Amino acid sequence: MLKIENLHVRIEDKPILKGISLHIKPGEVHAIMGPNGSGKSTLSHVLAGRDGYEVTEGTVIYKDKNLLEMPPEERAREGVFLAFQYPVEIPGVSNVYLLKAALNAIRKHKGLSELDAFDFLQMIKAKTKLVEMDEKFLYRAVNEGFSGGEKKRNEILQMAVLEPSLCILDETDSGLDIDALKIVSDGVNSLRSADRSFILVTHYQRLLDYIKPDQVHVLAQGRIVKSGDASLALELEERGYGWIDQTVGVAA
Amino acid sequence: MSATNYIKRYQTLASSLSGQNLPWLNTLRQLALGSFSASGFPSPREEEWKYTNVTALEKKLFAPSSVSASATVDKEWLETHKLADTWSLVLVDGHFDLLLSDLAGLPDEVIATGISSALENQPDRVKALFGTSLGTESHGFLAFNTAYFSDGAFIGIPAGIVLEKPIQILHVSTRNEALSNTRSLIGLSKNAEAKLIETFVGLLGISYLTSAVTEIHLSENADLDHYKLQVETDKAYHFGGVYVKQEKSSRFNQHNLSFGGLLARNEIHTELAMAAECEMNGLFLAKNRQHVDNHTLIHHIEPHGISRETYRGILADRARGVFQGRIVVHPQAQKTSAEMNNRNLLLSEDAEIDAKPQLEILADDVKCSHGVAVGQLDPESIFYLVSRGVDRETAKNMLTFAFANEMVEKIGLESLRGRVQEHLLNLFPQTGIRRDWL
Repeated sequence: MLKIENLHVRIEDKPILKGISLHIKPGEVHAIMGPNGSGKSTLSHVLAGRDGYEVTEGTVIYKDKNLLEMPPEERAREGVFLAFQYPVEIPGVSNVYLLKAALNAIRKHKGLSELDAFDFLQMIKAKTKLVEMDEKFLYRAVNEGFSGGEKKRNEILQMAVLEPSLCILDETDSGLDIDALKIVSDGVNSLRSADRSFILVTHYQRLLDYIKPDQVHVLAQGRIVKSGDASLALELEERGYGWIDQTVGVAA
Repeated sequence: MSATNYIKRYQTLASSLSGQNLPWLNTLRQLALGSFSASGFPSPREEEWKYTNVTALEKKLFAPSSVSASATVDKEWLETHKLADTWSLVLVDGHFDLLLSDLAGLPDEVIATGISSALENQPDRVKALFGTSLGTESHGFLAFNTAYFSDGAFIGIPAGIVLEKPIQILHVSTRNEALSNTRSLIGLSKNAEAKLIETFVGLLGISYLTSAVTEIHLSENADLDHYKLQVETDKAYHFGGVYVKQEKSSRFNQHNLSFGGLLARNEIHTELAMAAECEMNGLFLAKNRQHVDNHTLIHHIEPHGISRETYRGILADRARGVFQGRIVVHPQAQKTSAEMNNRNLLLSEDAEIDAKPQLEILADDVKCSHGVAVGQLDPESIFYLVSRGVDRETAKNMLTFAFANEMVEKIGLESLRGRVQEHLLNLFPQTGIRRDWL
């Protein structure tokens, strides 16, 4: 699904990622953990194609294609989805309209015809149930006046509708209370399948109580300093990031 | 600016102007002519006209038409501009046209007719309203209008009448190089309620001058929704002024939608007595080399008045926009609440906006605020949409449309709202937004 090799990224003159390598197979869930400033969000943004990042070295191959050469809209159409840490409020554009525009752009890219209005509405109503969202949210402006939890649920709703192959969740758990966290996690779990992979970027182990990862990677100072199975997250929770920083300090 | 050309050409017009036999009107016309002869059209040297240069008008000489061209108007085309389920009053090239209008079923006590016929049949009622809302306002266009107006709408709604359907005044221009010069008077008596739409259109491709002055008088507790939809041709010059006098506890809810014209100046001025309320919503769009100027003025004369003003502008290509919003809170107008907000979106490096909010507060116990912002589309929002698979161009168009559509959604009249959204979609054809998606 995704092969990241020796990825170096900088913002202006500041190196942020200093040689990340990561292989993700179809159906796998990988958690990327790390302290603030370790480069976690940079990694998600670079994969989604946000401006302002310069890749100085390395490659990212997604489904046998060079991901870094694709503009962000093409990545989305090829099945890459980023759930934002801070979803943007877009007054004047209704949720349902954005979903239609995005879904039809993706369907067109795949050579499929547009869904007719009835089928679209049926499908979308079913998906709102998945994230326990009231249908009236569909007709409100995108994220405008939504609470933190509603915004994150809305990201999962978009993900459920667009059915991507690679889902990147950037600190989706931040700012969620336990109920919202459970709803979001249930949504994600229901989308897990043999041909869909996930990257969970998170600061806390808490999310991983609900979404069980296949692999956990610890990012510090722009490098993956440790990888392991789900138990690594528990170890981190217990010992804190200070332990990792020391490890990196020794290695450097 | 010299107005000699116009005065010479229009001398022959005098004998055909309406209300010839009325000394009071002749006096007003003479005074206005004197003022227009002396100073001509407004000059950019005048503070209130600083950002809008109408010199081009002096070089052109728009010809007044003496009668309505009713027979030659394409009825199908006209119908496309009429709103469903409204009474309509059609003015063609500055003349009221009864045949094209649809006033059937209006309550008997309501007057809705051309001002020239009102000047013949009920001159005293016209006299009672004429000039009262204009007060001491004066500039070249107003003088030009008073001196030479050919016709206009005259609408009187008696006390306590609530109109069940809106009235649409359709200002239509059909002749190239022609002038439409109208004075309309609207009076709502005590407790009357009405909705009024003024639409300005021209035949595709023609160049002309619209000079339309609308005076509105709202008696105690009267309630008027006034919509102005300006979709003149891209070669048209438009001066449209709406002047309102609001008596105690009256409500004036205005939407100024300005999309057309090569050069357009919209003036919306109101004066609030005790506990009167006004809402002014404006949306102006300009592209290519269009110039659009919005000049608003709200006088809070007496206590407890409320005014809410929200204007948004979108300027593309080499277009230029102006927002001059002035609020004056007079010394007696304690407990006034006034808010003004203006946001502008510049879509190109060459587009320009001059935004000038002015608050003059002469009372001490008031709540007033104002804010002005000029900016480009938010890159975060663009990325958010693009990251969902929408292409960049569509994302930008969507956001631009959304910025405008937030104002459109304030339009209470559904048939007009749909019409305005269509105009917007035509302006941003690549949006990919379809009517059935809204």
